Amino acid sequence: MSEVPSFHVAGLVPTGPKIITSRFDVEDGYTYDGYVRTGGYQALRTALGKTPQQVHEEVRTSEMQGRGGAGFPTGTKWGFLPPNVFPRYLVVNGDESEPGTYKDRLLMELDPHQLIEGIVISCYAFEAVQAFLYVRGEMALAQERLARALNDAYANDIVGTNVLGHDFSVDVTLTWGAGAYIVGEETALIESLEGERGMPRLKPPYFPAAKGLYMQPTIVNNVETLANVPWIVTESGQAFHDIGAPTSTGMRMFAVSGHVERPGVFEVPNGTTTFRMLFEAPEYGGGVRGGRSVKAFIPGGASAMWFYPEHLDLPLDKPTVDKAGSMLGSGAIVVMDDTTDMVAACWRIVRFFARESCGKCTPCREGTTWLERILKRILDGHGRAEDLDTLMAVSESISPGIAWPPRQTTICPLGPSAVSPIASAVGRFRDEFEHYIDHGRPIDGVARHPIPGPSTEPAHA
Amino acid sequence: MSRLSDANVSIAKEIIGRYPRPKSALIPLLHLAQEQHGWVSNESMSHIAELVGVTPAEVYGTASFYEMFKFHPVGRYCIDVCTNISCQLLGAWELLEHAERRLGVRAGSTTDDGMFTLEDVECIAACTEAPAIEVNYRYRYRVTPDDFDALIDKLTAGRLGDEVPRFGTLARVRQRTTDRWSGAGTTAQAEVDAR
Repeated sequence: MSEVPSFHVAGLVPTGPKIITSRFDVEDGYTYDGYVRTGGYQALRTALGKTPQQVHEEVRTSEMQGRGGAGFPTGTKWGFLPPNVFPRYLVVNGDESEPGTYKDRLLMELDPHQLIEGIVISCYAFEAVQAFLYVRGEMALAQERLARALNDAYANDIVGTNVLGHDFSVDVTLTWGAGAYIVGEETALIESLEGERGMPRLKPPYFPAAKGLYMQPTIVNNVETLANVPWIVTESGQAFHDIGAPTSTGMRMFAVSGHVERPGVFEVPNGTTTFRMLFEAPEYGGGVRGGRSVKAFIPGGASAMWFYPEHLDLPLDKPTVDKAGSMLGSGAIVVMDDTTDMVAACWRIVRFFARESCGKCTPCREGTTWLERILKRILDGHGRAEDLDTLMAVSESISPGIAWPPRQTTICPLGPSAVSPIASAVGRFRDEFEHYIDHGRPIDGVARHPIPGPSTEPAHA
Repeated sequence: MSRLSDANVSIAKEIIGRYPRPKSALIPLLHLAQEQHGWVSNESMSHIAELVGVTPAEVYGTASFYEMFKFHPVGRYCIDVCTNISCQLLGAWELLEHAERRLGVRAGSTTDDGMFTLEDVECIAACTEAPAIEVNYRYRYRVTPDDFDALIDKLTAGRLGDEVPRFGTLARVRQRTTDRWSGAGTTAQAEVDAR
C-alpha cells in the first residue's frame, strides 16, 4: 500500500476556480440572456480590442494542452498554420465517443454560448473565416441547444458579418455526424465534413494545419479546449498557467465512472489532483463502491493502458502519467473494483474497437475482429491453450512491440487502442484468462454478466 | 413517394448554403430524409444526390458508413442500451436482458407492432450515469428494470409525445441563415477552387 498520507486531512484536496463549469448550476445558463447576465461575451469584446497575435499569445502563454486526447498545446498547434494561406478553417470536434468520456456533451448542453464565444475568439486569433461545429449525431439535446444558441448569437452580432461592429467577420456552421467513433480522429472528421466516409487520412502529408478541410489550413480543436478560451482571454494566459501544475496547466474536467459511490464529472486543478483524491474524496467519487478496493482503473479512456492500485497516488499530470505508461487522454477514468471480471472487461473494450474500426487498414480491420472473437470464445468457455499466444501475436501485428507509447502498422491509432486492454489485462491478470481457458468460467468472486449470443466461430490461425 | 417534401427541399438548400462545398451537407441532408420518412430510402438518396450534385452511389457510399442511418423501416422508438465498459460494470447486460424479455425481441430487432427497435450500442457519453440508454437519441440515466418498464408503458401510451419525437427527428431547433450570414468562407473557397 501507498505511504502517502491520507488526503482527507482538510486542505489537501487542491481547489481552483470553476473555469468552464461555472454555469452548470445556473438554471438558464444555456440561454443567451443567462449567458450574458453571468458575464458572457465580455471576453469577445476584450479579444476584439487586441490584435489577433496578442490573443494567440495569451493562449500560447497559458500552455493549455488540448482536451481531446492527444494533449498537444493549443497555442503551439495554432502556430502551425502556414503564414498567408487563406481561407483558414476551424473545425470543432464535438464527436465525443471514447468509452468513459463524458464532458464535451455537458459543455454543449449546459453552456453552448461559452463554446461559441471560444470559437469566435479562436477564429479571430488565427484568422479563420469559418468554423464548423461538428456535434456527435446521437446528441439531440446538444444539437438543439447549440442551434438555438447560434441563432441567438447571430441575432446579437456575436457571429456573422462584422462581429460586434468590428471589421472581423466569421460564420459558424452547426453540423453533425451519424454514428461513427472514428470520426473523432481529426482527419476522419474532416473527411466526414466533406461528405465522405469517415476514414482517416495519412499524416504526412495531410496534417490539418497544412492540408485540412478542402485541403486548406485547418485547426481541429476539442470542445473543452475551446470552452477554456474565453477565461484565458479575460483572466490572462498567465493566470491559467498559474493553476495546476506547470506541466499540466489550468482546470480540467474528468469523468469518474464505474465502481465509485458518486460517479460524476468534476472540474479539478490539472496536474496536482491525484487519482486517489478523485476516487475517494467526498466531494468527488466518494470512495470505491461498498468500501471495496480498486482492482484496476482506466486513466484516460478505453484506448489507454490500465492502471492499478500502485498508481493511485499519481497526480493527473500529463508527463507523469505518460511516464508511468499510459495517458490522460480525454479525461475518462473508469474504476473497476475487486469484483470485476477482467476477461469480460477486456473483451468489452476490444469489441468496441472491432465494431468501430473503419476498415481502411488491414491489420486493424482484421486484427481487431480476430481479437474480439478469441476473447469472446474464452469468455464463453471455449478458450484454447494457445489463445493467449494468439492474442499477443495478433496484437503484435497491429502494434509492433506492444509498447507504450504504441507503434502502429495502421494509419490512425484506433488499431493500437484495441491492444491496450489486452496488453493490460493479459499482462496483469493472466491467471484469470488461464482459469477461464482451463475451467470455462471466471475465477471465484467476480461478477458475471449475462452477455448474450452464441460463441462466435473460432478465428482460425 | 420518398423524395424530400417541398418544405424540406427549402431547408436542404439553406443547409447546403452553409458549406463552401455542397457535398459537405450530405450527412445533415440524410438526417433530414430520415426525419421525413423514419428511414432512408433509395429514392431519398437519389433526391439528395440531385440536390448536392453527386451520384446516388456516392450518397449511399457515405450513408452506409454511419450507424444512425437505417435503410429499412425501424420502430417508432429506437431504444439504444449502452453496454460499453462503464455501463457493463453497473448492470447494462442485465438491463438489456430485461429489455429483451419485456419487448419480446432480441437486440437488433423490431417488435411486430412496429413500436420499438432495441439496439445494443457502443458508448453514448453518459458514463457517469450508468447504465444509460437513449430513446430516439434522448437520454435516460441510471436505468433500472423498473424504470425501463415505466418508460415502455409511457411510450406505448403516447405520454412522451413532446419529449420524444418519432424516430428520425433529431434536433427540433434548426440553425437558420439570416442576413447576418457573411458567406466569406464560400466566397474564399470558390476563389481557391477556381485556380
